[in-house]
Amino acid sequence: MTDPVYVTDALIAEDIDAYLAAHERKSLLRFITCGSVDDGKSTLIGRLLYDSKMIFEDQLAALEADSKRVGTQGQEIDFALLVDGLAAEREQGITIDVAYRFFTTEKRKFIVADTPGHEQYTRNMVTGASTADLAVILIDARKGVLTQTRRHSFLAHLLGIRHIVLAVNKMDLVGYDKAVFDRITLAYRAFASEIGITHFTPIPISGFKGDNITALSANTPWFRGPALIEHLEAVEIGAAADETKPFRMPVQWVNRPNLDFRGFSGQLASGTVQPGDPVRILPSGKTTTVDRIVTLDGDLDKAVAGQSVTLTLADEVDCSRGDVIAAADAPPEAADQFEATLVWMADEAMIAGRAYWLKLATQTVSATIQQPKYEINVNTLDHLAAKTLDLNGIGVVELSTDKPIVFEAYADKHALGGFILIDKLTNATVAAGMLHFSLRRAQNVHWQATDISREMRADLKNQKPALLWFTGLSGSGKSTIANLVEKKLHRMNRHSFLLDGDNVRHGLNRDLGFTEADRIENIRRVGEVAKLMTDAGLIVITAFISPFKAERDMVRSMLPEGEFLEIFIDTPLAEAEKRDVKGLYKKARAGQLKNFTGIDSPYEAPEQPEIRIDTTAMTPDEAADLIIDRLLG
Amino acid sequence: MTDTLTHLDRLEAESIHIMREVMADAAKPVMLYSVGKDSAVMLHLARKAFYPSPPPFPLLHVDTTWKFKAMYDMRDRMAAESGMELIVHQNPEAKARGINPFDHGPLHTDMWKTEGLKQALDLHGFDVAFGGARRDEEKSRAKERIFSFRTATHGWDPKKQRPELWNLYNARKAKGESIRVFPISNWTELDIWQYIARENIPIVPLYFAAPRPTVERDGLLLMVDDDRFPLEDGEVPVERSVRFRTLGCYPLTGAVESEATTLSEVIQEMLLTTTSERQGRIIDKDGGDASMEKKKQEGYF
Repeated sequence: MTDPVYVTDALIAEDIDAYLAAHERKSLLRFITCGSVDDGKSTLIGRLLYDSKMIFEDQLAALEADSKRVGTQGQEIDFALLVDGLAAEREQGITIDVAYRFFTTEKRKFIVADTPGHEQYTRNMVTGASTADLAVILIDARKGVLTQTRRHSFLAHLLGIRHIVLAVNKMDLVGYDKAVFDRITLAYRAFASEIGITHFTPIPISGFKGDNITALSANTPWFRGPALIEHLEAVEIGAAADETKPFRMPVQWVNRPNLDFRGFSGQLASGTVQPGDPVRILPSGKTTTVDRIVTLDGDLDKAVAGQSVTLTLADEVDCSRGDVIAAADAPPEAADQFEATLVWMADEAMIAGRAYWLKLATQTVSATIQQPKYEINVNTLDHLAAKTLDLNGIGVVELSTDKPIVFEAYADKHALGGFILIDKLTNATVAAGMLHFSLRRAQNVHWQATDISREMRADLKNQKPALLWFTGLSGSGKSTIANLVEKKLHRMNRHSFLLDGDNVRHGLNRDLGFTEADRIENIRRVGEVAKLMTDAGLIVITAFISPFKAERDMVRSMLPEGEFLEIFIDTPLAEAEKRDVKGLYKKARAGQLKNFTGIDSPYEAPEQPEIRIDTTAMTPDEAADLIIDRLLG
Repeated sequence: MTDTLTHLDRLEAESIHIMREVMADAAKPVMLYSVGKDSAVMLHLARKAFYPSPPPFPLLHVDTTWKFKAMYDMRDRMAAESGMELIVHQNPEAKARGINPFDHGPLHTDMWKTEGLKQALDLHGFDVAFGGARRDEEKSRAKERIFSFRTATHGWDPKKQRPELWNLYNARKAKGESIRVFPISNWTELDIWQYIARENIPIVPLYFAAPRPTVERDGLLLMVDDDRFPLEDGEVPVERSVRFRTLGCYPLTGAVESEATTLSEVIQEMLLTTTSERQGRIIDKDGGDASMEKKKQEGYF
C-alpha cells in the first residue's frame, strides 16, 4: 500500500506507543451512504474497508472464493460481498437493513451506516441518517440524477444532515469525462437548492477502481479535490458544533446510593456545564446551581456536549427522569401541542385519534396524532391529501401530548426535537418524528376557571363521582347488567347516567361507522362526555364493546386516579354467539356485517380490569350487586 | 473547531447512556460476564455509568466448566472488587451427561452455552441481559440492534427488530419477552484494547504471551490447561510462547505464537496481524456461511 493516507504500518512496527498516542486523539465521524446496489454503494464501502486495511487475510481469502462463486465482477474481487450480511439478503442479492461498518484513517475514525436505497426501505435510510453527520449520495455516472437521488437527498436533508457529498461513481465507465461530471453536478445543484440544500461537495469517483477515494486520481487531472477520504477527515462533526449552544441535559437516572448523595445522571445534549453554573429544571422551572460533576475518575471542572456525567445540585429541588436540566438564562420551552413531520415505520398504518407512547430524549408521554395535514411524495416532493400514513409514508401532522414535554425544534437541536412513537399494545416502534414548533392553541384556549368545583358538585349529591366502564363482546350482557346497576343505584338515591352504545350512535355519534378509525373516535367522544358528567358529580355508566385496549386506556387517563373502573363482562365468544340477542352474529357470519368484533375485527380483552364478571358463573343480578359493592364499598 | 472529545470518549459516553437507559424500563436486568476482554470493558463501563452507586444488577457467568483456569481466577477476583453479586450457572443436564468439547462437538456449545444461558435467564426471571457483542466481530452482527428483542422462548427474528433512531431506544416489552442489550456495539477490537490501556482495566493474563504447554490440532494451537485434555498416543505437549486473542473454552480456543508481553505489544501484533479475531474460534465455522446468524436465531448470544 503506497496510499499517503494509510502510512501507519511503519509507525506501528517502529513505535507502537507513538502510534497509539496519535490514534487515541482521533475524533469520530458518523456518515451514511445512500444509493442502491446498482450505484455501487456496497462496492464503495467494501473499498473503504479494504483500503483502510479493515479486511484480514482470512476474510480476503473467503472473499476471493465468494467472488468467484456468487460475485458479479467476473474473476475480480467483488467488494460488495464484504458488506452483505444476513443470509436472506445474500440469497436475494440485495441489502435490506441498516448495517454499521467501521474503519479508521490517519486522522479520524468512522462509523458508516449502510442502508438500502429502494423506496420500500425508506425507514431504514431514515434510521441510518438519524445519527449521521454526513451523507454520501451515490450517483451512477452513466445514469445521472434519478428519482432515487432526489429521494435520498430529501431524506438526508429532512433528518438535518449538514454535510452532503455527491459521489458521482463509475467514472471509469464514462471514460473519466469531465463533461459528464459537470452536467450531473449542475443538474443536482438545481434540484438541491429547491429542497433547501445550499451546500454540497461533488466528487468524481470509481469505487471499483479506487479513483479519488483516498487520493486524487491521475485519471481525473481536471478534478482539484478533495478526494473522498480527505473530505471525510476534514468536515466538522455535529456534536462539536453542539458545544457552543446553551446547556441542556435530559435526566436519565436519579443516582441515590445513600441518603447523603443525590445525583442526576445524563448525557449532555448540548453546551457545557461547570460547578457553580445557574441551572433551571424543566418543566417545573425551579432554579438552582450545579454543585459537582461526579465521575468515577473524580470530579470534573467542566463537562461538554456528548459526555455522560452525574450532576449534583446545590438545593434540594424536585428532579427526576424525564426532566431536563438547562442553562438558567436560556431554557427550552415546554408544550403539549405540536406540529411535526412523521415517518411511518410500521406495517400497520397510522390511526388518527389513537394514543401512542411518544419518547423524546428521556421523556415518555401519551400522544394523540391528528389526521395528516398532508403527505409528502418522496419522489416528486408533492404535498398530497391523506387520511393516514402507511409504511414508509412521510407526512406533516399535529399531535398533542397528555402532559407538557420539554422540547426544541428539531432543526435547532436533534436531541430535544427528534422522537419515536410506540404502539401501546404491540410495543413496536411505529414512527419517527421531528418537531417543528409548538402550537399556541393550547395556551390561547384557556380553561375557563369556574367558581363551583367538581368536588362541590359531587358533595351536594353526597357521592363520589365515578365512571363504570363496561367492556365486552356484543351480546355479552353489558347493557343488561349496566341497566340493573343503574336501577339499584337509583333506589339508593345515587345520581347516575347510563351512556349506552346503541343509543349514542343514534345521536352524538351518528356520523361514525364501524371502521377501526371510527370506533376509536366513537370511544374518544364518549370518554369526553363521560368526563364532563363526572365533573358534574355523576356516577357514569357506559356500555360499549370498546374492543381496543389503547382507547380504554385513553379514557382512563382523562379521569382522576381511581375514578375509572374497568368492568370486563367476560363472556366467551361461543356463548355470546349462542345467545345472539340481536341476531348480529348470524349476519356477521353470513358476511352481511363487516368489522364485527370477535368475527372479523379483534377484541383486546383487559389484562387487569378493576372488576371481572364471569357471566357463565353468575346471574346478571348477582353481577350488579358485586359491582355496586366494589363501587360503594 | 477542534474536537474536545476523542472517539474513545464518545464511545464511552454512548455506552454509559445505553446502560442507564436500560434502567428506565427494566424490571430485573443482569450483565452477562464471560471474563474476556470485552466483559472487562463492560464491567468497567457499568461501574462508571452508575458511580457512586454500584451497578444496579448482578453479573451472570454461564459456565461450561471448560474455561481456562486463569479465567475462573479473574472472574472471582473481579466480582469481589466490584462488590457486585456473581451468579454462576452450569447447565445441570450437560453436567449430568458429561457433555464436553472433545467428544460432543457442536453439542457442547449448544448445551452449555445456548441452553445454559436460556436456563439461567428463565430461572432468575431476568428481563434484560447486557452482552458484550460488537458489530465489527462478524458480518451478521453488523446489523444487530443495540436493543435486541427475544420472544418468550428466546427466539430472535431479524424481521421483528425495532428501528433505532438517534439515541432513542424503545425498551418496552410484553410479559415473558426479554431484551439483550449490547452497549459496546459500536466499538472495534482496537477500541477495546486502547480503552483497556487508557483505563488500566485488569484482564486475564492469557491475553499476554508466556510459555504454555500446547498441542497442535486441526491447524489450531490448543493449550493443555488441565489433565482432562485427552492426549493422543505419543502426543506430548510442547512448550510454546503463546497468547490468546479471544478466550472461551480452552479446548476450542486457538492460541497464536507470540512474544507480546505488554499491552502495547499486543496491540501492535493485532494491528499488524493478517487474520481476523474470531478465526481462533471454532464456533463460527460449523454450519457454513451463515452459522452465527443461525446460532442467534436459536438463542445463542
